[in-house]
Amino acid sequence: MSKSPNGSTAPLSPVEGIKTRSRALRGSLVESLANPVTGAIADDDTQLIKFHGSYQQDDRDVREERRQQKLEPAFSFMIRTRLPGGVATPQQWLALDAITREFGNGTLKLTTRQAFQVHGVVKRHLRDTFMAMNRVAIDCIAACGDVNRNVMAGINPAQSAVHAEIHAYARGLSEHLLPHTRAYHEIWLDGEKLVGEVGEAEPLYGPTYLPRKFKAAIVLPPHNDVDIYTQDLGFIAIVEDGQLVGFNLTAGGGLGATHGESATFPRLANLIGFLPKERLNEVAATVMTTQRDFGDRTNRKHARLKYTIQDRGVAWFKEELFRRLGGPLAAPKPFSFTTRGDRFGWETGEDGRLHLTLRVPGGRIVDGPTAKWMAGLRAYAELGLGELRLTANQNLQLANIAASEQAKVNTLVTEYGLGIHEAATPVALDAIACVALPTCALAMAEAERYIMDFSARVDTLLTSHGLDRERVSVRITGCPNGCARPYVAEIGLVGKAPGRYNLMLGADALGTRLNTLYRENLDETAILAALDPLIAGWAAGRRAGETFGDWTVRNGVVVPPAVEA
Amino acid sequence: MPLDPAARAALDHLAAHLGPAGLWWAAGYLAGLAQAGAVAAGANVGNVAAPAAEAGVLVLTASQTGNARRLGEKLREALAAAGHAVKVVGAADVNAKQLAAARTLFAVASTQGEGEPPDEARGLWELLAGRKAPKFADTAFAVFGLGDSSYPLFCEAGKFLDERFATLGAKRLLDRVDSDVEYADEAEAWVAAAVAAVPAPAVRAVAPVTFSFAPVAVRDADKDHPREVGILAAQRIVARQADRAVVHYELEAGEGFAYEPGDSLGVWPLNPAAVVARVAAHLPGAVLDAPVVRGKQERPLGEWLGEQLEITRLARPFLEAQAERSGAAELAAVLDKSPAGGARLQAFVANANVADVLERFPVQAGREWNAGELLAALRPLAPRLYSIASSRAAVGEEVHLTIASVDHGAASGHLWQRGTAANGNTVRAYLERNTHFRLPADASQDVIMIGPGTGVAPFRAFVQERGETGASGRNWLFFGARHFDTEFLYQLEWQQALKDGRLNRLDLAFSRDQAQKIYVQDRLREQAADLWSWLQGGASLYVCGDATRMAPDVHAALREMAQQQGGLDAAAAEAWLAELAATKRYLRDVY
Repeated sequence: MSKSPNGSTAPLSPVEGIKTRSRALRGSLVESLANPVTGAIADDDTQLIKFHGSYQQDDRDVREERRQQKLEPAFSFMIRTRLPGGVATPQQWLALDAITREFGNGTLKLTTRQAFQVHGVVKRHLRDTFMAMNRVAIDCIAACGDVNRNVMAGINPAQSAVHAEIHAYARGLSEHLLPHTRAYHEIWLDGEKLVGEVGEAEPLYGPTYLPRKFKAAIVLPPHNDVDIYTQDLGFIAIVEDGQLVGFNLTAGGGLGATHGESATFPRLANLIGFLPKERLNEVAATVMTTQRDFGDRTNRKHARLKYTIQDRGVAWFKEELFRRLGGPLAAPKPFSFTTRGDRFGWETGEDGRLHLTLRVPGGRIVDGPTAKWMAGLRAYAELGLGELRLTANQNLQLANIAASEQAKVNTLVTEYGLGIHEAATPVALDAIACVALPTCALAMAEAERYIMDFSARVDTLLTSHGLDRERVSVRITGCPNGCARPYVAEIGLVGKAPGRYNLMLGADALGTRLNTLYRENLDETAILAALDPLIAGWAAGRRAGETFGDWTVRNGVVVPPAVEA
Repeated sequence: MPLDPAARAALDHLAAHLGPAGLWWAAGYLAGLAQAGAVAAGANVGNVAAPAAEAGVLVLTASQTGNARRLGEKLREALAAAGHAVKVVGAADVNAKQLAAARTLFAVASTQGEGEPPDEARGLWELLAGRKAPKFADTAFAVFGLGDSSYPLFCEAGKFLDERFATLGAKRLLDRVDSDVEYADEAEAWVAAAVAAVPAPAVRAVAPVTFSFAPVAVRDADKDHPREVGILAAQRIVARQADRAVVHYELEAGEGFAYEPGDSLGVWPLNPAAVVARVAAHLPGAVLDAPVVRGKQERPLGEWLGEQLEITRLARPFLEAQAERSGAAELAAVLDKSPAGGARLQAFVANANVADVLERFPVQAGREWNAGELLAALRPLAPRLYSIASSRAAVGEEVHLTIASVDHGAASGHLWQRGTAANGNTVRAYLERNTHFRLPADASQDVIMIGPGTGVAPFRAFVQERGETGASGRNWLFFGARHFDTEFLYQLEWQQALKDGRLNRLDLAFSRDQAQKIYVQDRLREQAADLWSWLQGGASLYVCGDATRMAPDVHAALREMAQQQGGLDAAAAEAWLAELAATKRYLRDVY
């Protein structure tokens, strides 16, 4: 049993006990699945199933109605895939398309961590869903839970060769940090049953895994599409003479917070040092195991690496890390970010292959009144071209297409109404939202179902001040946990209650400065009323190229949090 | 007037409960007593005892929904009023000796589905058909059959009894009556004929009615004396995606509704206004407030259609008339009286009402209905019976019902409309005893309950009752529906009951949640070993719900269980089930 290394006498969080007793993440999941009386699983199992890539949820829109109907909540499960670097084959796309139509709610969600989410899978279909994914080599191991989550990798089609190499590193890292337990295969894929009471040894994780989730990403400058500073563990690719030579390491980023608890806060990562590319897995594992040993296991709201580093200091962290690595890392190499959002439309890679990045509002693949995303992408995937890349901003890149196929793809895009990017404003193109209501149990307010309405309101405001089609990053989450990375948005809305949000301002446009709480608990009218004079001020007084976030900081609208070097 | 107020009240009370024949007889009887000076000062009339049960008149009832039993009671009252020693016995409670000992035997029997007897009479049927059948030496009998001519085997149960009694040596006192759904007039005539046919008793044996003075006990509301009952709640209990509504009702019943788990509630419906309007639209020049004569009564047309006649259920007389007036071959084909035609007719009537038929098979020119003719062809509106889904031990004065709504169904629509109305949310209802469907008297006995769909209603009552009374026996429920997500009736309550230990086992069959359909009988097969063991330990088995498919399928699964687990052959397994039924440990409430 792990003790808090902080010397704290506080008891371990209950989840620690659940992990300890779980026989390497098995718990009573098999029994829970077999219980026909409820669509839910046992309470302890709701913690463990996250490690298998799934959350138990319920349709909150009908929760009260069903209670009156003497029915339990409409329980279902969200299943999140492990998809390192966000790259899927057409065959995998077709499988997921069929899976969500048969077992899910008929849509797919592209997440801010380049994964797919299938929502609305009821308990009796969980196994079938996992097995169908397995048939196209998709698994969900460690897609959620107190482990290393899906490893992200920036999308940079212009540098095709380096992108391919980075993607390979992302896959390799994902495999390297994968738990060793066979629980997933055993429970979902009819693997051989564990004999005995003790689960498999976990050389990297130990019996209680990590204190909390752990997020890793690789980014390829100058595009900070993965918001590298928001990751627990980040690798900034350093390219010299067109060759990937190594990575700058970042550590200690993270966005989750809790309303009303000042001890919880978003934090950007620190730049630690440079490592040659061959050492990526080793360094990553060492950062992770340092957090495994020093993270706070008594309070899950204070358990991420960011708090370990914040509490003990960056110097302590470097010292401990370098000690474990057997020596210090070199100083970080220079790099710079110039963009963060996705670049839409066709691009040509250095190898002459073509890539089409499409704007997917809210990351939701659904057949809407005009854009038929499900049908259109099914038709595209059936062509069997190249691959489909999920961006960190919930968009989709149809990648690696031969020039001879471009016209065919354009025809499909037009036929199914997928060319949203051709007319949308920059605000509408960049806006991001988490899922929130009705399925997410944490949501306090709408996000995905509200984002496009709200971004249109912002556009209206901009237009009213003569800033037609100006770029401002807008992100909404239904709760303070930060899935849509709202704390690095120029206008961040963080849900407090139905229809009410905290308004966060002052981030830069590149994800290198956090925003700050400007006004608390506002409804839409109040949000727009608060923004109106600020946008007016920005329109009147901005310096050349000055972003809205930078303007608010320069004018003292908000004071950004101090940053420890 | 020589009567004090209390005596006058007692007399009024008595008079209210005597039919016309009883009143005439009582008048003569009292006159005779007065003449004989038998009423001495201070004699307590209320303690006049019924004569000892001499080998007299036995009224046998075989009832499913209560009509046969009610008619049996009417006959008893009339016979008693005529001074006879008379006993009414339900088919489930009668034995061969009792039958043979009766000097006069009246039987009232209803027919179910495909010519089957009521559930309570299954044992009696086997008895009468078997070697242990009674031998009648000195018994006269008469049979009144209740039936529905929409079915091919009309009044089969009555015919069976009539034939059996005669074959077994009894002498036919009256010709058998095969009555259709509208049987009130025939029943009245039969009762009068029966009373007249029984040899008059000796005058001294007479004591017509026992009753007591005030406080006058509240009599149960009955079919002919329903009460207005308030609807406290009308809650849909299937999810919004369900394509068939099931509604949980909570009624404020109170006095006259001292029900027990297993009993039913009769509800007098009103027809949906939309169907009334559609029917009226087919009557040339019809005005809903125009007076129309049907039988001996005159009422406004709207009242006939709305409150008096069946227009949401179809019956053969109307269909035959419409077939003839329309000349529609399709409709005529539906009325084919061959056994195969029966199924076709059933399917047809399940999916259409009077308005539908008038619209789909329009009458030929010159053959139009007038209002009086159409009303004459329709049957009187009948009350609907629903198994009570609550225990008074748990819900006090409330009565809970679990009702699947049929589109345009008279009763379910009426209840829903009243239950959700801001004002006037009452319905006319009465208590229908279901004495053959009772929990075991010994609370330590286990019970196994099989109730898919709304058939689960009485088992909610059972589990409530056994929970509240602390019954130590175990409770095992089999429930089924089409979909887990939408139609798991009372899911939260069952989950809680499992947690509390008020329910020990719950097996579920959701037929359409997977490619292969799974029904409760499939779960019974899976659990055969445990079921057998429970039954060997004395458990009682209850089945409630669909009579056409579910009940026979469940029966077959139970027979297989007995064969497989008990090593019995098919006949022995069937006999074992029959014995279980005879000892009231295999009880069915199916419809």
